[in-house]
Amino acid sequence: MSLFSPTAAVSYFFNYFLMKGVLVTIGLTVAAVVGGLILGMGIALLRMSSNPVLAGAARFYIWFFRGTPLLIQLVVIYSGLPQLGIKFSVITCALVGLILNEAAYLAEIVRSGFMAVSAGQREAAWALSLSPWVTFRRVTLPQAFRLMIPPLGNSINSLLKATSLASVISVEELMRRSDMLMQEHFQILEVYAAATAYYLILTSVWDAVQRRLEKHFGRSSAAKTRRVAASAPVAQASAGARA
Amino acid sequence: MQPQLREVPAVRMEAVYKHYGDFTALNEVDLKVAKGEKIVVCGPSGSGKSTLIRCINHIEKHDEGLIYVNGVELDHQRKNIDAVRRDTGMVFQSFNLFPHMTVLENCTLAPMTANGMSEAEARDLAMHFLTKVRIPDQAEKFPGQLSGGQQQRVAIARALCMRPKIMLFDEPTSALDPEMVKEVLETMKKLAEEGMTMLCVTHEMGFAREVADRIVFMNEGRVVEQAAPEEFFKHPKSERARTFLDQIIH
Ligand SMILES: Nc1ncnc2c1ncn2[C@@H]1O[C@H](COP(=O)(O)OP(=O)(O)OP(=O)(O)O)[C@@H](O)[C@H]1O
Ligand SMILES: [Mg+2]
Repeated sequence: MSLFSPTAAVSYFFNYFLMKGVLVTIGLTVAAVVGGLILGMGIALLRMSSNPVLAGAARFYIWFFRGTPLLIQLVVIYSGLPQLGIKFSVITCALVGLILNEAAYLAEIVRSGFMAVSAGQREAAWALSLSPWVTFRRVTLPQAFRLMIPPLGNSINSLLKATSLASVISVEELMRRSDMLMQEHFQILEVYAAATAYYLILTSVWDAVQRRLEKHFGRSSAAKTRRVAASAPVAQASAGARA
Repeated sequence: MQPQLREVPAVRMEAVYKHYGDFTALNEVDLKVAKGEKIVVCGPSGSGKSTLIRCINHIEKHDEGLIYVNGVELDHQRKNIDAVRRDTGMVFQSFNLFPHMTVLENCTLAPMTANGMSEAEARDLAMHFLTKVRIPDQAEKFPGQLSGGQQQRVAIARALCMRPKIMLFDEPTSALDPEMVKEVLETMKKLAEEGMTMLCVTHEMGFAREVADRIVFMNEGRVVEQAAPEEFFKHPKSERARTFLDQIIH
């Protein structure tokens, strides 16, 4: 028996069963990003509100979900909540856990994006009699969004890999299906080589998309804005890898 | 000056106070500005000059006292704030152009969204004022591609596109390299010649001498002295104004 069989690895790479796991991984990621963004924006708004109760609740949410491992969150939702009579399907559990967790990260990214847009921009908008909605939609949001793209991209990269934790609650995504193949054939290195290749492909594709987005939204390339971006606290929000 | 006094003044402030926590940034300020009048506000750093003019368009909320702009009372009601902001244009030390929009878009945004102007109309209007500040050829560029002086002239054009009756300037040339100060001051002089009511915080004493009808000198949140430029520069009444002028002229 050889140490490592490249042909076996290649055949796992093209294994239909594994490919379907890749699609589940992609699906989980996309759903968690969309859900997390919607929820995260809501939490960011609460966090920035002048009402101390709302702001405090949002702060608690962020503190809680960033301060505990995603793994525990998933397990509690999957096996803990049924004890209280709350039961979801496996895939719903995974989505709820991923969205709740991702929202906490994205809320901080959204918030620091808005905080990094200088007060002078809003003041100029007010002085021009722009309505609050136009000020948000045309002045603040586009500038905040541009600052959010890099940390947003990092968070999505990290989420893509974090979906593998859903394997623990038996969601048949890429990681879980690799485990299943491995247990069937005992070709550990070969199976995980294929899985690793898929994760690398997914993260690389996303990197390329992110670069395109950055280029697209950075096209006015104002020297002044770049200085603002460099000094903004946005980068911090994205720091802190997920467990 | 005499006949104008019977008209509604452009700006009237009565016993205005503004506090930041325990700190009093405006301390019983009274000020009346007639239509068409050009006021230069000066004073040492931290004396409340910016706060004063930012209260006039309610970017800063005053805490006590009365402010009327063209007869409209700034009483913190949305409707009145909006009316006042439509009558006033503001130019900031740091330009505050919208960096993600072209020069033209900077100028057309407010006319289109706040005044419901069509794009074509707004464009004509913007080009009219960009021509007036002598940069029509930069219309398609982004602010970051322009020099400071050009950016500030765009900011002036952008404000003018809302056809304000009063222009507020907060140290419009302080962030500029010396060689660009002149082009901005020239633009402001032209505006003054056309009869615009202007309140201008500036340390450009040459400009003040030439353009201002009145100098308002502030110190520690108070209006300490008001006089025609001639008199203010030759015979400052307060000790504080004398030391200030000594510092600034040398
Ligand atoms: N948002 C704020 N919070 C607390 N204090 C403030 C705030 N804005 C201004 N101040 C204080 O109010 C005082 C007056 O400020 P203001 O900006 O009006 O001064 P200024 O005369 O324009 O000074 P400068 O020449 O430096 O621009 C300063 O001492 C400043 O520290
Ligand atoms: Mg100031």
